[in-house]
Amino acid sequence: MIDFELSPDIADTRDQLHMVAEHAMRPIARDYDEREHEKPWDFINMMWQLSKNSGIGPGASKDKKEKTVDAERNLRTCVAVEELSWGDAGLYLAMPGPGLGGAAVMAAGTPAQKERFLSRFKGEKPVWSAMAITEPGCGSDSAAIQTTAVRDGDHWILNGTKIFCTSGLMAGDPSKSDGFIVVWATVDRAAGRAGIKSFIVNAGTAGMTVAKCEDKLGIRASDTATLIFEDCRIPFDHILGSAEVPKTSEGFKGVMATFDATRPIVAASALGVGRAALDFVRDELKRQGIPLRYGVATHKLTVTERDFMDMEANLQAARLLTWRAAWMMDRGQKNNLEASMAKAKAGLVVTQVTQKAVELLGPLGFSRDLLLEKWMRDAKINDIFEGTQQINMMIIARRIMGYSSKELS
Amino acid sequence: MVNFELDEEQQLIRDTVVSFARDEIRPHAREADEKGIIPLALIQKGWELGLVQGTIPEEYGGFGNAHSAITGSVVAEELAYGDLSIAMHLLAPRLVTVPTLEFGSATLKKAVLPRYCGERFEPASAAVMEPRMDFDAMAPTTVLKRDGDDYTLTGEKCLVPLGTDAHQFLVIANLANGTGASHPQALLVDRETPGLTVGERERNMGLKALVTTRLSFDGCKIPRDQLLEGGEQSVTRVANLWRIALASMAVGVARGAYDYAREYAKERRAFGQAIGQKQAIAFMLAEMAMEVDAMRLLIWEAAWKFDRGEDATREAFLAKRYASDMTLKITDNALQVLGGHGYIRDHLVELFLRNARGFATLEGLAIA
Repeated sequence: MIDFELSPDIADTRDQLHMVAEHAMRPIARDYDEREHEKPWDFINMMWQLSKNSGIGPGASKDKKEKTVDAERNLRTCVAVEELSWGDAGLYLAMPGPGLGGAAVMAAGTPAQKERFLSRFKGEKPVWSAMAITEPGCGSDSAAIQTTAVRDGDHWILNGTKIFCTSGLMAGDPSKSDGFIVVWATVDRAAGRAGIKSFIVNAGTAGMTVAKCEDKLGIRASDTATLIFEDCRIPFDHILGSAEVPKTSEGFKGVMATFDATRPIVAASALGVGRAALDFVRDELKRQGIPLRYGVATHKLTVTERDFMDMEANLQAARLLTWRAAWMMDRGQKNNLEASMAKAKAGLVVTQVTQKAVELLGPLGFSRDLLLEKWMRDAKINDIFEGTQQINMMIIARRIMGYSSKELS
Repeated sequence: MVNFELDEEQQLIRDTVVSFARDEIRPHAREADEKGIIPLALIQKGWELGLVQGTIPEEYGGFGNAHSAITGSVVAEELAYGDLSIAMHLLAPRLVTVPTLEFGSATLKKAVLPRYCGERFEPASAAVMEPRMDFDAMAPTTVLKRDGDDYTLTGEKCLVPLGTDAHQFLVIANLANGTGASHPQALLVDRETPGLTVGERERNMGLKALVTTRLSFDGCKIPRDQLLEGGEQSVTRVANLWRIALASMAVGVARGAYDYAREYAKERRAFGQAIGQKQAIAFMLAEMAMEVDAMRLLIWEAAWKFDRGEDATREAFLAKRYASDMTLKITDNALQVLGGHGYIRDHLVELFLRNARGFATLEGLAIA
């Protein structure tokens, strides 16, 4: 039966995190945007205590004995992430926790690996994990990965360079945390996609260096690192999933399945930034006595009303697509198409909504005295990372026409 | 708890309507548009699906299913997927039955509802729009004036579906209360009312198979029982039901165009491959697929809120605006995918585009 009302406990989670967003994130949002590369340790430590066992994050709604632990885990995560990103998207991304690396372990790891690698997130000190896919020579075309993993007895030896790794510094530098990086590398270049595997590299492993952190347009509170692997030796059982190279690209599809869980979460973060801008504009219109007249004839609406209503409808459309993708994941349904729809729509909408919000506020919108211009800068990343809008449109197109990646590229 | 799945009964109704739209409506779409006539046998077959009688209580002769805007939305989308004109014709009696059911007095229900539970299709209609550029459904210029215990009605309406055949009309008029203030009021008007004149059939860009006419009221005497209860509030709720219905029909038209263009793109070859394999085409189709789902979810949310008895004005209004704009874009892009062939009347996409153009301005032509 159709229902759009959040369960009471998800609504509670949302309300609690809204307090955090409003009182712990908004007040420091501008500071950590201006002071790029400085870390908000007070906020990080506070969030670590708060969220350690919150059950928020992508992944299965069942434990290893197939018992349901949270039937709405993915939806809950989306709602939570929207709220935190309403507070500040950069600070949200800087938060400690399993993050994308954890999602990969959840998606592809064995029960023993999950236990081994994820238990560190229950400790006293904040821990990060991160995902390293992009390389200087390849982004969306992740099948073209050049980083190699070569077997040497009981070990793998990794060589290559990874860029644009979100929280790569916090997860990969042992002075920051006891974290790990999930590294995508090929074990057999001739095998193409089928040869790509993911590996866990613990912070401080010899041969892995955090080379630099990027200067960015937005989400400046979050570090985006370059990692260099030079004869980096890791134990054999740090490979996620099977070491075998299959004849088909099925294995690669498994790796790509991580995105079905993470794309709705990125979409949810986009919604939070978009809603921040929308709420701000709504309050400002109200303050100036400009009404929003829902239900009157279209020709009577002002341009401002039309703009605002378009922003509102688009954002809500993106939210419903996002919730649907998460809801399907929670039910154990394949959501590859729906996850891409959510991500493509939300990434585009948040970009447009925040740009329009800056415009609607006139000279104020352009000023760094307000957070609007920052939200516009923060918004744009959602149209890019975790699959650009265009990559997601490509996935949608392949799905609806039944084309393989060879048939439509 | 958030749920995106229709319940079993809704799925059953949808399945029935899906096959009717595919097997019965769609094959008639082109000819009906060209000739401006919908075959009577098709209308009768549609009547027998029970989409009008279904929500009328058993005491009046109906099937007694609870009214649901979500179910209404699903039905409207699927019928319109077959053809918009035929969908509007089949659902026209709901323009009278649903508002009567929700807001009619006991007397009015008893007098009206049994007429719509018979064996034959019973034509009915709504007169909401007016032939003026600055028309506003919530501030009509058709005036209802107090006249002793009863009322008089004066004004002109346009785009009245089934105007030539309907026996009853739901009319939205402006009720003056004597102090200078006024508010919209819904009422039922019988065809035989003295002073009511049905104009000639209108000639429209789209909806060509649907008979629409002007309707003028020249001091028509209206017994007070004919007014729906609840004043402006009931008009708002009725308006939300027509926004939900029209938006749902827009989704049906958009999805029809998207499906047509997608199948064409998989067949049509250029430069050695299907044109669907080219990004310029593939991205248009991907956007259509995404927006069809986005529209539907916005509408379902509005319908869900309506069914809970809450004020869904904001949601229904935004959903209709969104669906109207998007459907126009989707049908236009669908035509573009077919290129020159899209412009030719051998294909249905030009019909979809003509029908889509109306949604932004149409009010009150269907009820969810």
